[in-house]
Amino acid sequence: MEPTIVVEHNTQRVKKRRFKISTAVMYIVLTLWSLTTIYPLFWIVNNSFKVSRDVMNNSFAISWDPVFVNYQNAFDRINIGRSYINSLIMSFGTVFLVLLLGGLAAYVLSRFNFRGKRTIYSILYATLLIPAFATVVPVYELLIKTSLVNTYWGLIFPQTAGNLTFATLVIAGYMSTIPKELEEAAFMDGCNRWQMFVKIFVPISQPVFASASIFVFMWSYNDLFSALIFVNKENVRPIVALLNEISSQYGTDFGLMATAVSLTVIPVLIVYLFISKYIQKGLTEGAVKG
Amino acid sequence: MKGDRKYIVLFLLPAAAIMTIFLYYPFFKSLYLSFYRTTGFFDKKFVGWANYERLFTDKLLGAATLHTLEIMLYVIVFQVGIALVLAVLVDNISKLKSFYRTVFFFPVVISGTAISLLFVLFYNYNFGLLNNLLAHFDIEKVLWLDEKNALKAVSIPTVWHYVGFYFVLFLTAMSKIPSDYYEAAKLEGISAFKRTTMLTIPLIMSDIKVVITLAITGTLKVFEFVWVITSGQNGTEVLGTYMYKKAMVDQNFGYGSTVAIYMVVFGVLLAVIANRLLKRDEITY
Repeated sequence: MEPTIVVEHNTQRVKKRRFKISTAVMYIVLTLWSLTTIYPLFWIVNNSFKVSRDVMNNSFAISWDPVFVNYQNAFDRINIGRSYINSLIMSFGTVFLVLLLGGLAAYVLSRFNFRGKRTIYSILYATLLIPAFATVVPVYELLIKTSLVNTYWGLIFPQTAGNLTFATLVIAGYMSTIPKELEEAAFMDGCNRWQMFVKIFVPISQPVFASASIFVFMWSYNDLFSALIFVNKENVRPIVALLNEISSQYGTDFGLMATAVSLTVIPVLIVYLFISKYIQKGLTEGAVKG
Repeated sequence: MKGDRKYIVLFLLPAAAIMTIFLYYPFFKSLYLSFYRTTGFFDKKFVGWANYERLFTDKLLGAATLHTLEIMLYVIVFQVGIALVLAVLVDNISKLKSFYRTVFFFPVVISGTAISLLFVLFYNYNFGLLNNLLAHFDIEKVLWLDEKNALKAVSIPTVWHYVGFYFVLFLTAMSKIPSDYYEAAKLEGISAFKRTTMLTIPLIMSDIKVVITLAITGTLKVFEFVWVITSGQNGTEVLGTYMYKKAMVDQNFGYGSTVAIYMVVFGVLLAVIANRLLKRDEITY
């Protein structure tokens, strides 16, 4: 009896060890990839605390004595604070409008039955195929004619239109899962449609509103193409357009460039770390399937 | 319910209005403009199909199309490929899952412009990170952005940027596969590798299809990376930058619009082809 038991024991051990090696390989691969996403960020932030000469000569060294001259320059010379404010105003404006208009449209599309609904859905799906390139010239003309070019609305309106389809489809998908009984109960209590939207559907749909707003914010904040065309004046220029400007004007001031990139990236990353849960959730709900 | 019609119209109207003004009207106006020769907004002359004839003989546009297709190839192979591999790996481990999920997503939230500037600093001939690294090993410096390398050089950040996005989509799809499939596989004694290739990947095929379509249509929109890193020089011109140059730099709105329409048609065509090639029945559990 005894020998058989020993043999069994051995095979089990071998199996276990092999399993462990493959697991170790998996962790190594995953960690290597995470280094590609973490190290560049560390590199850029680290270099933002060095004078340009040190960035050039020794970009790997850790800046144990951080200098803040680049940060000073960023705020004084290239007025990065102004661009921050512009970016935030325009991106939040876009998010607000997209959620409001998209939410209302999504509510109707998900809860009402009416003729032409299927057509509207088909149009919405087709709309996803229209890139910004195909609308930019006429929109630019329109903005000039209405003197909205180089104003905050000059970016908010086109970006709202561009993001509405995505938001509407995602929110509608979520709202259609809300049970009908809730609606009926609210109606019994004398809610009209607007109240029902504000008091029932918006609160219940909070997760999808959150994830949609994150994506809309991200796409709006990061959109260089529209910014270059619609809001390129210094007083309204968002931060990505400023970055583009810096690379052509101060391309040799590496410290300043590192700082500008850090300043653009860090706030978004911090916000992301707090809300990453919602992003994953938003994607989980089949958000981007449109 | 009574009075519903009023609310339907009222609630749909604002969205419809803004999309009509800033999306549909401009789209059709672009279509209209593509039949005109223009300089700025005021000088406009109907030229029929002339812009489209020019389209087919435009060597620069042909080159831009090829460059876009090359980036698209890298995106499908590497972006989608790496995302799939990472998702399979994370799906198979038990610890640190959420750490990897969070960290892999980092680049997605960062603006393409910032990433591009980062890579400008990497690729710089005299002082960039890459040549610094080579110098450490006494290897001669490389011109990363010359004719030979530039397109690959701009493809790297483009690919890297969105890996995390598709990774999360794949991981989500995998988490939806019922666990009894895996238990059955375990009982049959199927190896982990086989389990992945015979079970997981076929089951998420519809998601892979969606992601490839997203990757294809996404690549047509590539703009920042090329614009910031090379401004389309040294054989990196893509459709996005070419359209921008024609319309906004040369102020040739007519031809710029034609290029834009070409991009839309091209995108739809590619998406249809991709859908055909990857046709699969939707799996429901």
